[in-house]
Amino acid sequence: MKLSKWFSRDGGERQLLWPCVTLALLCGLNLLVNPHFLALRTLDGHLFGAPIDILNRAAPLVLVAIGMTLVIATRGIDISVGAVVAIAGAAAATILSTQAVPSGALVAQALVAALVVGLLSGMWNGVLVSFVGMQPIIATLILMVAGRGIAQLLTAGQIIPIGAPAYLFVGGGYWLGIPCSVWIATVAVLATAALVEGTALGLFIRAIGVNPVATRLVGLRSKAIVFAVYGFSGLTAAMAGILISSNVRSADGNNAGLLLELDAILAVTLGGTSLLGGRFSFAGTILGALIIQTLTYTTYSIGVPPEATLVVKAAVVLAVSVIQSPAARALAVSFGSSLVKHRGVAR
Amino acid sequence: MIHSASEPPQPVQPTRGAQSPQDGAREPILATSGVSKTFPGVKALQGVDFRLFTGEVHTLMGQNGAGKSTLINVLTGVLAPDAGTIRLGGEVVAFGSPQEAEAAGVRTLYQEVNLCPNLSVAENIFAGRQPRRFGAIDWPDIKRRAQAALARLDVSLDVTRSLDAYPIAVQQMVAIARALSVDARVLILDEPTSSLDDSEVAQLFKILRHLKQSGIAILFVTHFIEQTYAISDRITVMRNGEREGEYLARDLPADQLVAKMVGHDRMSARLREAAHEEQAADALQEMTDESPVPAQHAQAAAPFVELRGVGRRGTLQPIDLDVQSGQILGLAGLLGSGRTETARLLFGADRADSGTILVNGKPVRLRTPRDAVRHGIGYCAEDRKKEGIVAELSIRENIVLALQARRGWWRKIGRQRAKEIADQWIERLGIKASDAEQPIGLLSGGNQQKALLARWLATDPKLLILDEPTRGIDVAAKFDIMDRLLALCANGLSILFISSEISEVLRVSHRVAVLRDRRKIAEVAGKASNEDNIYRLIAGSGE
Repeated sequence: MKLSKWFSRDGGERQLLWPCVTLALLCGLNLLVNPHFLALRTLDGHLFGAPIDILNRAAPLVLVAIGMTLVIATRGIDISVGAVVAIAGAAAATILSTQAVPSGALVAQALVAALVVGLLSGMWNGVLVSFVGMQPIIATLILMVAGRGIAQLLTAGQIIPIGAPAYLFVGGGYWLGIPCSVWIATVAVLATAALVEGTALGLFIRAIGVNPVATRLVGLRSKAIVFAVYGFSGLTAAMAGILISSNVRSADGNNAGLLLELDAILAVTLGGTSLLGGRFSFAGTILGALIIQTLTYTTYSIGVPPEATLVVKAAVVLAVSVIQSPAARALAVSFGSSLVKHRGVAR
Repeated sequence: MIHSASEPPQPVQPTRGAQSPQDGAREPILATSGVSKTFPGVKALQGVDFRLFTGEVHTLMGQNGAGKSTLINVLTGVLAPDAGTIRLGGEVVAFGSPQEAEAAGVRTLYQEVNLCPNLSVAENIFAGRQPRRFGAIDWPDIKRRAQAALARLDVSLDVTRSLDAYPIAVQQMVAIARALSVDARVLILDEPTSSLDDSEVAQLFKILRHLKQSGIAILFVTHFIEQTYAISDRITVMRNGEREGEYLARDLPADQLVAKMVGHDRMSARLREAAHEEQAADALQEMTDESPVPAQHAQAAAPFVELRGVGRRGTLQPIDLDVQSGQILGLAGLLGSGRTETARLLFGADRADSGTILVNGKPVRLRTPRDAVRHGIGYCAEDRKKEGIVAELSIRENIVLALQARRGWWRKIGRQRAKEIADQWIERLGIKASDAEQPIGLLSGGNQQKALLARWLATDPKLLILDEPTRGIDVAAKFDIMDRLLALCANGLSILFISSEISEVLRVSHRVAVLRDRRKIAEVAGKASNEDNIYRLIAGSGE
């Protein structure tokens, strides 16, 4: 349980209650429809089953949402992450397509290039927000729009297929029976938590999010920290881009990571991190990402028609958000107690 | 103009007790009886009886945490009392919300002006209840009625201009106009004067007297003893959540008022003298004589910081200033005279465009607060809430923040060590908090200020810049803080002390630089000069 301290700070445990309840309810619903929902089986030494499937598919979202959590904690937002996913995938695919049978060195080159491109994209956002002083939503909107264009330029408007086995292993392979993408997301989350809470960065980011003016007057390099946070968000988006392109065996400048920024923001908020900045919780964000992915899985498993999926998702998200709002809960409690009172009078 | 508040009245007769005989026949417009309110771990109010009469200004006095704010919140429907009753005009009322209280005629003005600076004056006065004609907002009518509402206060403004075009004092008047634009029977003012200068306070008081005569009951909360006597008919003193007593202002000498606020047993000689301003200087003289900084040593001390022609266009004329090691340099001047601007240039919060700054005789570049911090300079800003505390973070996190910033992000101060540091300062500065994990935003103003002092003292600074460190803090905490600062100075800390209370500046400073219109006009020895001299210098008639 020492780990939980790293994920969630003082009082974070209570804050995680509602995301946990939501996830449990979704799992319960799945169990009703399919009693074997939680069952795991091994095939060729690989674990299979709905939970593994959900974790595997949630991995890119978790990665993006981790970067987003820190950005939001500094009172910012990064809506360019979906585009960065596309750029990173396109960059990797472009490099891989230079050889008919890519060598191991070329795959490594492609991976590094994708990460560097993502980092540079994030740093570009960081420059605009931190040093130029643009509103985060506008600054990242620029890359959100331009990024898709860049990705399409890289892929010349085509969907580039990827065949290099080493690259496909990253997003589609298994290690010790568990999908590689789950390993990657797990390591990234633990490393980030260690970096942020094992150093003073966590304190600085929270302080910047709550009161940027006071934080500057304490002698902190707030601008550099905010810049770094956007750079980091670009990096995690690039990691997600690698996973996605590897998983679908192609780079699609147009559709890769489409609307992923919104899912990431939703995951962060569902996890209880306020959009107003300040306190943040990695554990909450991960729960949020799992809720979103489980929800997607559930809409298919309970047979919601594909055309209604988005509406159902929206309804559930609305319900979860309302439950998490203290004002709504207070309202529900007072409504409940007045009901009890009326019943008492009737008797 | 500058020193408009009247002198405290001389004691006419000793205070007899809580009730004055002539009130028997009158019925209070607003009254509480036996009101109690408990927060987790704190009895904020205990069986408080309070009476407010029509046509009177009634001042609520008490230290931070005495229960003034809680009482006001109970009166205005923000909080529901746990026990006791509130009567308005003789009838028992239970306001469920501030809106209900307002509808019943109890209007409140809070410390900060709660208006929309981007809307026009007229819109601000009628926001949320615009008069309508055929379903659309009747703009000519709003304009007319806004002018009428302001005319009632003897204020004439262009009501179509946006609110932020006017100074904060005028905005305060607009807030009062808004409060009175519907039938108000009771007007509650919670520290309305803390951001006003003396002439603005005088104007506010003129309006309050005018309102009083028109039959409105006014409840006034302030920390300023002079202002209390300038305006009040009646004073209720709160202490530790209880009503200490209710007095007619003319029956209660200032020293006794202070004594009642802090409790007799804790009333030190120094505090008593503080109530008599003229004696305060002598008291301090004795105190500093005992302190290990002798006056002649102070003269010989090398300057820690020297400002040579430091200025910034449009903000501050080039200024020369020396702060000696182990000394307090006061900055005296009116609001906008360049006090805060000087502090910000020295701290690197704003960038100087002329002059040089020397630290320990060596020229340095202080381009950012980070540079200043590295040279051992700390800065407690004027606006505690906006520029000081990080409200949602704990006291521990707030205290270690500057130290951690100086160590860099990589070398984290471990949680255990941070707690030790915080606990140590909580004890040394007497910060009242349940523990170091409490969010700093929940502390009272005085304790927040102490925590901010702790934040800087933890970095072991050579120079502390204190901009209005005692604003909004009650008398006892004020003296407590000043006392500790003097002790720190004795150990070699330099302080640049800024306050709009000239007497306070004079009391603690070794030397005082007087500012006017964004330039330094004089520098005088602290204890040698009297207050009137400084007033003359500031007013521009003393040269």
